[in-house]
Amino acid sequence: MKTLNPQLLKNGEAIALELVDTLDFDDFRDCLLEEVRKQGRVAACFGVSAAGESSELELFALVARDRNACVAVYRTRVGERFPSLTPSCPQMHLFEREIAEQYGVVPEGHPWLKPLRFHNAWRPGVDAWGRPADQHPRSGEMEFYQVEGEGVHEVAVGPVHAGIIEPGHFRFQCYGEKVMHLEISLGYQHRGIERMLLNGPHPATMAQMETIAGDTTIGHGLAYCQVLEALSGCEVPAKAQSIRALALELERLANHVGDIGALAGDVGFLPTFSYCGRLRGDYLNLTAALCGSRFGRGLVRPGGVGFDLDPVLAGEMLARLKGIEGNTIGAMEIFFDAPSVLSRFEGRGRLSRSVAEDLGLVGVAAKACAVPRDSRFFHPTGVYRHLFDDLITEETGDAMARAKVRSREITVSIELLRRIGTSLPEGPIRAPVGPLKADALAIALVEGWRGEVVHVALTGGDGRLRRYKIVDPSFHNWSGLAMAMRDEQISDFPLCNKSFNLSYCGFDL
Amino acid sequence: MLQMIRERWRQGFRTGKFPKEEPILPPRFRGLPQFAGECPPDCDRACEVLCPFSACKSVDGRLVLDLGRCLFCADCPACPQGRITFGNDYRLAVRQRQDLLYSGGEYPLAQPLEPERLKLFGRSLKLRQVSAGGCNGCEADCNVLGTLVFDLGRFGIQFVASPRHADGLLLTGPVTENMRSAVLATYEAMPAPKIVIAVGACGINGGPFLHSSEVSPGLDPLLPVDLYIPGCPPHPYTILDGLLRLLDRRELSSSTASALEYGESISFAHLRRGGTVTNK
Repeated sequence: MKTLNPQLLKNGEAIALELVDTLDFDDFRDCLLEEVRKQGRVAACFGVSAAGESSELELFALVARDRNACVAVYRTRVGERFPSLTPSCPQMHLFEREIAEQYGVVPEGHPWLKPLRFHNAWRPGVDAWGRPADQHPRSGEMEFYQVEGEGVHEVAVGPVHAGIIEPGHFRFQCYGEKVMHLEISLGYQHRGIERMLLNGPHPATMAQMETIAGDTTIGHGLAYCQVLEALSGCEVPAKAQSIRALALELERLANHVGDIGALAGDVGFLPTFSYCGRLRGDYLNLTAALCGSRFGRGLVRPGGVGFDLDPVLAGEMLARLKGIEGNTIGAMEIFFDAPSVLSRFEGRGRLSRSVAEDLGLVGVAAKACAVPRDSRFFHPTGVYRHLFDDLITEETGDAMARAKVRSREITVSIELLRRIGTSLPEGPIRAPVGPLKADALAIALVEGWRGEVVHVALTGGDGRLRRYKIVDPSFHNWSGLAMAMRDEQISDFPLCNKSFNLSYCGFDL
Repeated sequence: MLQMIRERWRQGFRTGKFPKEEPILPPRFRGLPQFAGECPPDCDRACEVLCPFSACKSVDGRLVLDLGRCLFCADCPACPQGRITFGNDYRLAVRQRQDLLYSGGEYPLAQPLEPERLKLFGRSLKLRQVSAGGCNGCEADCNVLGTLVFDLGRFGIQFVASPRHADGLLLTGPVTENMRSAVLATYEAMPAPKIVIAVGACGINGGPFLHSSEVSPGLDPLLPVDLYIPGCPPHPYTILDGLLRLLDRRELSSSTASALEYGESISFAHLRRGGTVTNK
């Protein structure tokens, strides 16, 4: 086996592609397994059609080494089939399914090889499942895992759900009220974003990035901009870095506060439900005061930000924040003090630390299982380099722990806002972004409110995007929800689901 | 228990006074477009190419902006002369697709339903929301109407869990290939007469994903639409205003009308007051 001597890059850096050796598949496999054994985690893995006439597929794997604040890059080539890594590295299971669906290659020995998003392969005439290549696959058409036996029944929910919520299909295998297995089949929101990015960036790309998952507009927008800045060698002005962090924390606050309210609503605890529903809007309105859009559309732009924050507006925002903060803390206190709430949350949807690590969970779901994952802490950029040191984790891995992670992150984010808002640097808010380097690879890790948002770009010889990979935190975490439901009552599904609150469109892309 | 009562007291009464009072929106809010001056006679019609979503057209020397395609981008690149800016007027809902083609002047705001359906739904409208490729922006701004700030229920409007209970379909998202049949099935499952509402640029014309082969260019090719609410996403007040107009529940007092004409001065007044914002 080759020794582990890969190219390393930091968050927000680009490297020339020629520096990344193409390994034999066996070496690629051994290196990847060794990395994961040493607590690396697969941040992104994707295919890209090999340049020239070759029909081969290049595979890239980017492994985050959190403790060293860097990402290791591995590269190999495969033909129409390759031995699946999933049996020895469960983190790879969705990445391999994705590669199979996008390029029609088969990871042999994958224990759960099913379509992910139900679209045609990007290469004409191929399909990993032998589906007709001339028609669009039918969403949800696959073999679901089934349990048989007396008293065992199946419950199918969706794609359309009973609320204002995105579509997805859930298939429960139940014995009485008890869930033995939950299989989640998504893809209903698939808009073909990664494919539209080929040969980009296009004029519409920024708007598409902001709507990968609309509730993570800042998170995804920021990751995209950091990738472009890395590829063009652009230095983002200090003031823009501050405004970006401010917006990212406001996005976290709005969503975390909204989630606490929704969790309260799910167990019928109406006071917190009502207060947090309103308070969520107060945070969104702070973002709107900054850029006119409650979701931050138009704020983060390549090279900086689109809106300035003068001391008067900053002062006004902080004054408003003070009022909102008191109400937020009050709404959360009564929630975590109510015995009726605690008894519904404690022990529900429990995930063990080892399952969370095996599946490569990120964000709130991982932190609730005592797995420290936070790219603001391990891979900081901008103001986080010197401002952020408060990595939150909880021990119990249940719905309660996920609620507590959110509530503790709320107080951290409010403090961060205050520190950023009172120490805004002077100067410009945007720097010019030049052409992208040719034949280069760049990565950005942004800690969105759900968890780590990963964007990877690969440019061709013309400096256009040869491949653009997007990994929303929900990509990893839906598997966590499926595992958390085992041996739970099916009636607790809404509560468990909400405690993860994952994105459908962020997964479906 | 005492703590809960104390908290209730502290949080106060927060339901907005809309529609009796107009909402106060932030100064940087982007609403109804405004066009500065006339297109020059020798205009090279760059806007037709420069808008990534093909929202601009030059018709007989006049700039026509399709609000169904427009994302109200902060950095609107369309007019190199900078003729296009966005004003503070949040009222944008219309009844006909062609009403979204705007070239300044009076905006054809949505008219109420015709008498038969108005009689049925005017005091009680139950909506089934379906997201078909929506990014959760429009969905969130519909959801928020249920909070106590907007308190949608006081207008007799409610989101329901089953299409069988619904009078109307409120759709967000461009309608992905993978959701097309579910959208049509939901529509079929609703008892007639029924209404269809397209919320957001995606639902109206495909939004940022217009050119994807995985989506339909909005709802128009699939179902008859009764109300279009543009924006990316529309502000909750834009959605609420549209719903109320459809039900003939929106009366504009004269003070409101004049306040809206001076949208800018509202915003700055709000800045001076130090931001006690009541809208959500």
